Amino acid sequence: MRLRYFPFLLACLALILGGAAAQAQSMRLATTTSTANTGLLDYLLPKFQQRTGITVKYVAVGTGAALKIAEQGDADAVMVHDREAEDRFMAKGFGVNRRDLMYNDFIILGVPQDPARLRGMKDASAALKRIRDANAAFVSRGDQSGTHIRELSLWKAVGIEPTWAGYYLSIGQGMGTALIMAFEKHGYVLADRGTYIAYKDKVDLQVLVEGDQRLLNPYGVIAVNPARYGKVNHAAATRFIDWLVSKEGQDLIAGYKIKGRQMFFPMAAQP
Amino acid sequence: MELLEPTRQAFALLLSGDRALWSVIWLSLWVSVLSLLLLAPVCLPAGFVLAKAAFPGRRALVVLLQGLLSFPTVVVGLLLYLLLSRRGPLGGLDLLFTPTAILIGYLIIAFPILVVFTISAVQGADQRLYETARCLGASRFRAMLTTLWEVRFAVMAAFVNAFGRVISEVGCALLVGGNIAGLTRNIPTAIALETSKGEFAYGIALGFVLMVTAVGVTVVLAWLQGEGGLE
Repeated sequence: MRLRYFPFLLACLALILGGAAAQAQSMRLATTTSTANTGLLDYLLPKFQQRTGITVKYVAVGTGAALKIAEQGDADAVMVHDREAEDRFMAKGFGVNRRDLMYNDFIILGVPQDPARLRGMKDASAALKRIRDANAAFVSRGDQSGTHIRELSLWKAVGIEPTWAGYYLSIGQGMGTALIMAFEKHGYVLADRGTYIAYKDKVDLQVLVEGDQRLLNPYGVIAVNPARYGKVNHAAATRFIDWLVSKEGQDLIAGYKIKGRQMFFPMAAQP
Repeated sequence: MELLEPTRQAFALLLSGDRALWSVIWLSLWVSVLSLLLLAPVCLPAGFVLAKAAFPGRRALVVLLQGLLSFPTVVVGLLLYLLLSRRGPLGGLDLLFTPTAILIGYLIIAFPILVVFTISAVQGADQRLYETARCLGASRFRAMLTTLWEVRFAVMAAFVNAFGRVISEVGCALLVGGNIAGLTRNIPTAIALETSKGEFAYGIALGFVLMVTAVGVTVVLAWLQGEGGLE
């Protein structure tokens, strides 16, 4: 009698243990829309899972929101691009093990008609000022994302409060939406190059300003502090970060291309 | 998750007359109300005719309208987006991401609601009413107005229903409006996106206003109906 049930019990046990193991092998990453929109995560994460068996689920929002999610203990790691906010996050003890990961750059895009005549300009702030002076449409992420914060610092450098009714469009949404909206509104937008390349075929926008030092865009990755939030999967987060900054992870990042163009440039300090 | 502190901030925001917040509320209200005002002179007669007149294809039309009642608003948004996009057939109008685009969406969403509810309102009226009005020499139009007036509470229910649906609708308004601050950001899109940014106070304040408006209108109607039923 007992023996008859044994295989059944064994199966149940296997299921429970298997389920628990699968649970332990999954972590949550809060990250920015740019890493998701460019497809980088969908390219990296399966390779990480293959290597370690850990599934990474990510939520892609603006940098501000990603850090906020992590602050609530709702993520195990964050991958963002706003150095000042990252440093504040670390200083408040929300995170541990912050590592430089990679960089790409921002560009100012506009419709080919270029109503404010930015083409060929090198100074990003001066270009924004010209958009303002021409009363052209400018789409702002308006979501406290790394891109938005960079945009605000560029406005600040030329002393402009970016609120001109009807033309400064603050949308509170992701990079892809901002590109589409800039195209629809015959205007300009500050974007990361990766998202632009990924969206190139969907919108008729051209790179008008690039190469300014202030347009460099470094990404960092941080593990959420396990001492603060008992429930975070710190072991998985640590493995993930270690893998990202390892030679393997960095080489994969460097090798990620869209339409033949490298999207991100590795910058983790190698031991 | 903290709940009390954001709620306190929410009411502070509302009471301080925060301009961004009130512009969001104002947009939601005027676009919703305007859409219903524009539809009323079309939908009421349409509903009346569909309830009273017999003509070929009437049944199919009524069934179609009833089906449209449950047409997903986000699909309305999607279709409108494709139409209005610069790469779409109506792209030259530059309407995408404007309040007008949201208004058009609302018109499409509210249209079947108003017509279908008007049909059942008119069918619920005493059939002799219209005949009597005609016999007494009223024009067809006049007799229609008399009938509609007689079932005004049921007709009002149509408007309340449509109002509740458009003012709380997020999919279409977000797709074709784009949530642009001070231009096309309305209550539902602001709630959806502010919350995703972690701005809970903003979301709570707007959620409160939305609830009070939508529920308030229904309650006022129910109260009026109670009075009407007394006679």
